[in-house]
Amino acid sequence: MTIFIYDKTFEGLLTCIFDAYFKKSFPDSLLSEKDSLPLFYDELITIYTDNEKSSRVWICLQHKLSQLALSCLAACWLSELPNIDIVMFRYIHKVIDAKQSIELNFGDPDVLEISKIGRKVGQEKGRIIQFLRFQKTIDGIYFAAIEPLYNVLSLVIEHLKRRFKDQKWLIYDMKRNYGYYYDLFEVKEITFDNLKDIQFISGLLNENIMDKDEKLFQQLWKEYFKATTIQERINPKLHRQNMPVRFWKYLIEKH
Amino acid sequence: MNTNVLNKLKILAESAKYDVSCASSGVSRSYKKGGIGDTSGWGICHSFTEDGRCISLLKIMLTNNCIYDCAYCINRRSNDLPRATFSVNELVNLTIEFYRRNYIEGLFLSSGVVRNPDYTMERLVKVIKDLRSIHRFNGYIHMKSIPGASQELVKEAGFYADRLSVNIEIPNEKSLQQLAPEKDFKSILEPMQYIQQGVLQSAEERKKYRYAPRFAPAGQSTQMIIGATTDTDKDILQLSSAFYQKPTMKRVYYSGYIPVNEYDKRLPMLKQPPLIRENRLYQADWLLRFYSFKVDEIVNDTFPDLDLEIDPKLSWALRHPEYFPIDINRADYEMLLRVPGIGIKSAKLIIVSRRHGNLGTYQLKKIGIIMKKAQYFITCRELPPKTIHEMSPNFIKNLFISKPKSNPRNLQLNIPFDSAE
Repeated sequence: MTIFIYDKTFEGLLTCIFDAYFKKSFPDSLLSEKDSLPLFYDELITIYTDNEKSSRVWICLQHKLSQLALSCLAACWLSELPNIDIVMFRYIHKVIDAKQSIELNFGDPDVLEISKIGRKVGQEKGRIIQFLRFQKTIDGIYFAAIEPLYNVLSLVIEHLKRRFKDQKWLIYDMKRNYGYYYDLFEVKEITFDNLKDIQFISGLLNENIMDKDEKLFQQLWKEYFKATTIQERINPKLHRQNMPVRFWKYLIEKH
Repeated sequence: MNTNVLNKLKILAESAKYDVSCASSGVSRSYKKGGIGDTSGWGICHSFTEDGRCISLLKIMLTNNCIYDCAYCINRRSNDLPRATFSVNELVNLTIEFYRRNYIEGLFLSSGVVRNPDYTMERLVKVIKDLRSIHRFNGYIHMKSIPGASQELVKEAGFYADRLSVNIEIPNEKSLQQLAPEKDFKSILEPMQYIQQGVLQSAEERKKYRYAPRFAPAGQSTQMIIGATTDTDKDILQLSSAFYQKPTMKRVYYSGYIPVNEYDKRLPMLKQPPLIRENRLYQADWLLRFYSFKVDEIVNDTFPDLDLEIDPKLSWALRHPEYFPIDINRADYEMLLRVPGIGIKSAKLIIVSRRHGNLGTYQLKKIGIIMKKAQYFITCRELPPKTIHEMSPNFIKNLFISKPKSNPRNLQLNIPFDSAE
């Protein structure tokens, strides 16, 4: 069994591919330095991330894969699932070795897995677009917090930039503690140093930093949400299926 | 904006909620400088009510006053319920503020008929005209066209709205006459005709002039109430199928009748809305639109109603064992779509994957085919032991009829707690 040790970055993974071809030895497992080693193994190789090597691999993939498959691969990385790197490694290995494009060969377990996870990440992105709720603050910024399952915040920026071009907005990933702020000109990545100071336990902004009309619109929205339900058709299971409970904390209408 | 608006919102949302349509798809409009928002092209559901329906648009009535007295409608004039009317400003403001907070994709505007159809239609048009031209709102707008409104007003509405709709409600004219004496098919079909003319005319003009205005770019939709009359599924689906033949009709919605006016003797007494029948009709509707089924294949004189216990595709397959089993690795796309347990997504996956090699049952399962159903209708590399011919259709049908679950509450002993003597 061959083990590669790398720094768990995307560039690191691509470097692993490069070095594997260079050394003609392919890993069965990808670990980071912190992971404990298994009891038995044949070979242990440490890979040092090299931007030149990784970009060469990426350029090779650009020739071999369609735009759709490339973005699917990138989306898989954003899933941050524990064993996604070895699946991606095997997938890239197969892509490079194959004479024809294999991206549509869903009979292959790795290709299917990559497309499935890519779809899941895409779904999560969709859910963020659906369930983001802006709250207007006293200084006119529309603020939305959310806890996505995967690290997909960067994927929704384009949509928000197109749609809310004439308002300042701030989206924040409470789980990973970073966010993006749009100041009418460009989008910047930001981090709150003192997340606890915002006092954000309930999911709603503190009333003293809310815009004066914000409370009213939240109330109107909640009232609308209640009024538009047809009591004779109540179906809590379907409700939860469509709008998973993990989003409820930041949904105004579920407060 | 104050508590007055809150009350109005409550009343008018409750009056509008029985409209099923909530789609916000079919048109993309990019952001324009000085305007608000954009439309993305695919529908986005921003919330879901507790009955599981999507909230994509702010579905609201301009007023719930109505001069008509339709038996199935909650807003009929003989009903004693709180009435309210939004001012144009209030409604426009509400839409924009909701939109800015990412609550909604746009507005679904409907109204009761006040004074006469033209007067009502004029006021509806005023709202969406204000939204589009004064506030330069680029979000989605769906507007109900009032039955009996004049062609000029429908024409004007089409240039501001993304989708127009007229609800037919009852699938045959005789029942409609009975339940809504003030309406007839002519007053409903005419506006539909106007919308279609508008769309086709605008498409023609846009061929010549690139910037000619678009007319209702997301087409039109309509809605039918299920279970309020004695019409069979055959009547309903044949009408839908006829609608889908028209170039601009995008969707027909089905709404299980909810007894809102229980006192009216013209309507049936229902214990609960016919939800299963509604679901089966939607399934049949999908077969018509995406699975290239013909309406006679789903319902015909021998089978005028859909089977409530199994879905329409399975029930078609069981009636036609002569088409099966089909070979997964050879059959064409249209035939794959007809196999119960294979949907559009998995059919497409099969088509692209089998170029690389034969597919076996294990792979089919992984791809997402429901083998529990599909196994009786297909063959693949490994031959499945049992197909529909070995098993008989009736036997397979029984496999899929869900047996009533025993309710744990029924098993409990019923002990009367009398007061101690």
